[in-house]
Amino acid sequence: MTDLATTPPPPTRAQPVRRVDSDWVRRNGVYVALALLVAVNVVITDNFVDAGTLRLQLIQVVPVLIVALGMALVIGTEGIDLSVGAVMALAAAIIPLYVGYGASVAILVALLAGAASGTLAGTLVARVGVQPIVATLGIMVAGRGVANLMGGEIKTIREPSIVSLGTGSVLGIPYVVLIAAVVAVVVWFLVRRSTYGRQLVAIGGNARAAELAGLPVKRVLTTTYLVCGLLAALAGVLLAARSQASDPTKVGLLIELSAITAVVIGGTPLSGGQVRIVGTIAGALLMQLITATLIFHNIPDSTAQMVQAVIVIAAVYVQIGRRKAGS
Amino acid sequence: MTAGTIAEPAPGTAGTPRSTRARIARLVQRQGALVILVLAALSATAAFDSFGTQRNVTSIAVQVSFLAVVALGMTFVILTGGIDLSVGSVFALGGVLAAWGSQHGALVALLLPLAVCGAIGLVQGLIIARGGLPPFIVTLAGLLFARGLLLALTDEGSTTYKVPAGSAFRELAQGKLLGVNHSVWVVVVLFAVGGLVLHRTSYGSTVLAIGGQEDAADLMGLPVARTKIVAYVMSGLLAGLGGILIASYTSSGVTILGAGMELEAIAAVVLGGTLLTGGAGTVLGTLVGVLLLQVIKNVINQVGSLDSNWQAVVSGSILLLVVTLQRYLARVERR
Repeated sequence: MTDLATTPPPPTRAQPVRRVDSDWVRRNGVYVALALLVAVNVVITDNFVDAGTLRLQLIQVVPVLIVALGMALVIGTEGIDLSVGAVMALAAAIIPLYVGYGASVAILVALLAGAASGTLAGTLVARVGVQPIVATLGIMVAGRGVANLMGGEIKTIREPSIVSLGTGSVLGIPYVVLIAAVVAVVVWFLVRRSTYGRQLVAIGGNARAAELAGLPVKRVLTTTYLVCGLLAALAGVLLAARSQASDPTKVGLLIELSAITAVVIGGTPLSGGQVRIVGTIAGALLMQLITATLIFHNIPDSTAQMVQAVIVIAAVYVQIGRRKAGS
Repeated sequence: MTAGTIAEPAPGTAGTPRSTRARIARLVQRQGALVILVLAALSATAAFDSFGTQRNVTSIAVQVSFLAVVALGMTFVILTGGIDLSVGSVFALGGVLAAWGSQHGALVALLLPLAVCGAIGLVQGLIIARGGLPPFIVTLAGLLFARGLLLALTDEGSTTYKVPAGSAFRELAQGKLLGVNHSVWVVVVLFAVGGLVLHRTSYGSTVLAIGGQEDAADLMGLPVARTKIVAYVMSGLLAGLGGILIASYTSSGVTILGAGMELEAIAAVVLGGTLLTGGAGTVLGTLVGVLLLQVIKNVINQVGSLDSNWQAVVSGSILLLVVTLQRYLARVERR
């Protein structure tokens, strides 16, 4: 495979130096931006270098991070999953409903719902041939409706083991952060070290070729959406546990957009064929830190949103635009 | 799908289908939403006495006009192979600007939102067409930007501007011609114009060509970038107009409107048979899609005992059902 895959691109455009440069920026821009923003905050934000502040930032990034990891896999297959926010809401709505049967049952049902929703999306995409954006759009609309029907209004969660899952910590590290770290390692391993990961990247690169080469395209696609749904449900469970409440109208709202942005800023192209897990983590942290920085300095919501819009465009321009604009 | 169908070319997409069965499949595939719409409307008329009344039909027409005008712009964007996620925010922004502007006269209420929303569309179009950034991300940023601008204008969303009593601006959506609100007529005219532009002008052909195959359109010397930019400007203008209409109808600039509207608009366009990859679709199909979504909502309201969240469940399920049907029929047609 290596010999065939590394055929150098034809040297039509003789600007090797600039191409290396922009490629470096695309790969590492997110780390540079993250480091810069941390440095800026160390200087201008009071009490930024404080265990409590950092802890809070890590806790707050958990839902977006977990969702973004699943999204990275889906985007790697040249797909997209808009239903993640609705799946989060669904999982969060299930917790208070089933907590009477015990915490583990409630969590299991919530995760199963996420896996089921992901399987539905995967089946529609892989077997029926519906475009990912349409399939997951339908599930998003319907899923949010189902979550609202289940939850109705804000419900508080008092079950001790779920509360401790959300608020407890070991050696000063919150459980939710640990879980997110474990998920990140597992997903990284899946992408880099497993057959599934290689098949996923091959399919994202060229689905037709992968199918002709005999790869189980449909199974891999379905699995990918299943994993994405499962992770979204996990994010919903953790969010519900941390806030000790579930509000199906609010949980996970617009998170699909933050997650997609984190993935793209992290260097995973929307055109598939590549998955950058470490970049995605950095992307999620960067998005969280941007929001936090604006909050630290009491920037009103209106300005914050406009600033975020400009940052997203600038970041994606650095990631993608430079190559396209030059061609 | 067996291995044989992969290598097979897709003659059904162009030219005439071979068998009668294929021809029927093709018709149903194109008009699937229309069939469901007619069936839904007929059964609703039979089931609920209140559905077919002139009052209810007028109400559906008014309610549908806001989404319809947004979905019309979305149709053009999607036909170029793009997507516009900003329309919900731009819609809300247009409404707030119209309500604010109406204090300075009906003309300001009309022109100010169109100028601002058109400008947002222009900037998005420029970044997408000239900068080469993905429409998905650019218009997502546009969503945030427009919402931020709206919040800045309304003291972080706490102020709701009212249209002054007796303002001529109220007449736009509240006044009636032949028993039907002016806003509905506006939408009817816009769809007629939109249909003519898409199917009878060179701009429309260029839109379809770009969505079909952008590289080929570019090599043919078609003005790809300009056509795309115009599509995003139109989408911004029409989303703003939707906001203007609802501001006139409700006599106020409600700040919380428009959330999730982009998805409803996309759903309507897809239901109407337009391919999300661009290149094929009709303006009339979009109108059918919008009407179908609205009839579903109306029927669920008629039932009364049903939670309004069923609207979302049913709309989402219908969307999945129709696209599954479209895929299935496309395969039948190919045989």
